[in-house]
Amino acid sequence: MAVNRRKFLKIGGASILAFGARPAADALGISPTEWLDEKLGGFTIPETLFHLFRKPAGSVAGEALTAKRWAMVVNVRALDEEIAEACKEACHRVHNVPEIDNPKHEIKWIWQEEYEHVFPGQQHEHVDDALKKLPFLVMCNHCFNPPCCRVCPTKATFKRKKDGIVLMDMHRCIGCRFCMAACPFGARSFNWIIPWPRAGAEEERRFKGKEPPTPDYPTRAKGVVEKCNFCAERLAKGKIPACVEVSQELCNKKGREPALVFGDLEDPDSEVRQLLRSRYSIRRKPELGSNPNVYYIV
Amino acid sequence: MYDGGKIIAGIIIGLLLLTFPIWYGLGRAAPKPDVKLPVKEKECVEPKAYMKNYHMQLLDLWRDSTVRVAKRSFVAFNGKKYEMSLQNTCMSADCHARKTEFCDQCHNYTGVVPYCWDCHIPPKEEPKKKPEEKH
Repeated sequence: MAVNRRKFLKIGGASILAFGARPAADALGISPTEWLDEKLGGFTIPETLFHLFRKPAGSVAGEALTAKRWAMVVNVRALDEEIAEACKEACHRVHNVPEIDNPKHEIKWIWQEEYEHVFPGQQHEHVDDALKKLPFLVMCNHCFNPPCCRVCPTKATFKRKKDGIVLMDMHRCIGCRFCMAACPFGARSFNWIIPWPRAGAEEERRFKGKEPPTPDYPTRAKGVVEKCNFCAERLAKGKIPACVEVSQELCNKKGREPALVFGDLEDPDSEVRQLLRSRYSIRRKPELGSNPNVYYIV
Repeated sequence: MYDGGKIIAGIIIGLLLLTFPIWYGLGRAAPKPDVKLPVKEKECVEPKAYMKNYHMQLLDLWRDSTVRVAKRSFVAFNGKKYEMSLQNTCMSADCHARKTEFCDQCHNYTGVVPYCWDCHIPPKEEPKKKPEEKH
């Protein structure tokens, strides 16, 4: 089969289109899928078509706190057992995180950890004794490059484009626990049992008399993974995360500098940026390249 | 036909068994769903007919919008603004404060089991003694 001029030109043209698409997209600084995502506002094509016929979802409420990239600074020297415990209690209360005694079934959003477990690479035998005793508060690091989102087969966990918070969509989670395997910080917990059994359910007997403490925040079902959400639901109402709020109150009372600081990493004048400029800070397992958004001042 | 009587009797018995659900419930239909509409609020976020047919699509849109793109308020057909929340808007005290008298009525009648309430907390309903509209 001979290649005539017409066929040659056809193949040539198609090849230029095929191999030229990538450089062209790179030159524009946005990939076609990203462009589409932006145009559709994060919705799928069928959803967008649905919006054409129905009223579109409203805009972000005016009172919401917004940022380009949320980050937290944990000033460990300002922490003590009491503050750390209060942070944990506040977080777990507003998010209806159950208190489960069995460590295998435990659900944790924010918790205390020892220095050698938080910074395993930095541990050596002559490390400052005071440091060893400090209650390091750990939570989801809301990585800039989150490995959990890369492995999630249903996109149930995803990084929110507008502010970089790594969130869970419980409606989509199928409980495969890939994200738990991928997370280098152990920040995710799996619901092995029904955390807050509804009235009449079989498990109710075991948890008798217990009710979710915050009725306007949903609980979780058995079989989904959960973790810290940087209080996305509070940010939407213009409030800072619960742990930050509580720690700042307590630190004020004790006359210390704030133990937890929350702010926009992209804003050069934000509180977190000022702290990071003036103090030496470290992050957990930076060598893995996940680029955590939680910084520690030790 | 060999054993015709047996076969025909068998077919008849088989048909009777197969149609059991039809003739067993004949004449005594399950009670029709008795949906109690909110007393205070007169209008939903969309016209009634739309809500009847498409509330599930609307709730899907609400959840994706809230959870995934952080757009949390909804402009209703009458121009009012609502927070997109099943638990805190739909089931608020002024609206569908009683799940058993609203959602459950049709869902039970048609045998639909949505898993909303595996996670979302239904509004508290005190055990009903007398018909009262205090809640």
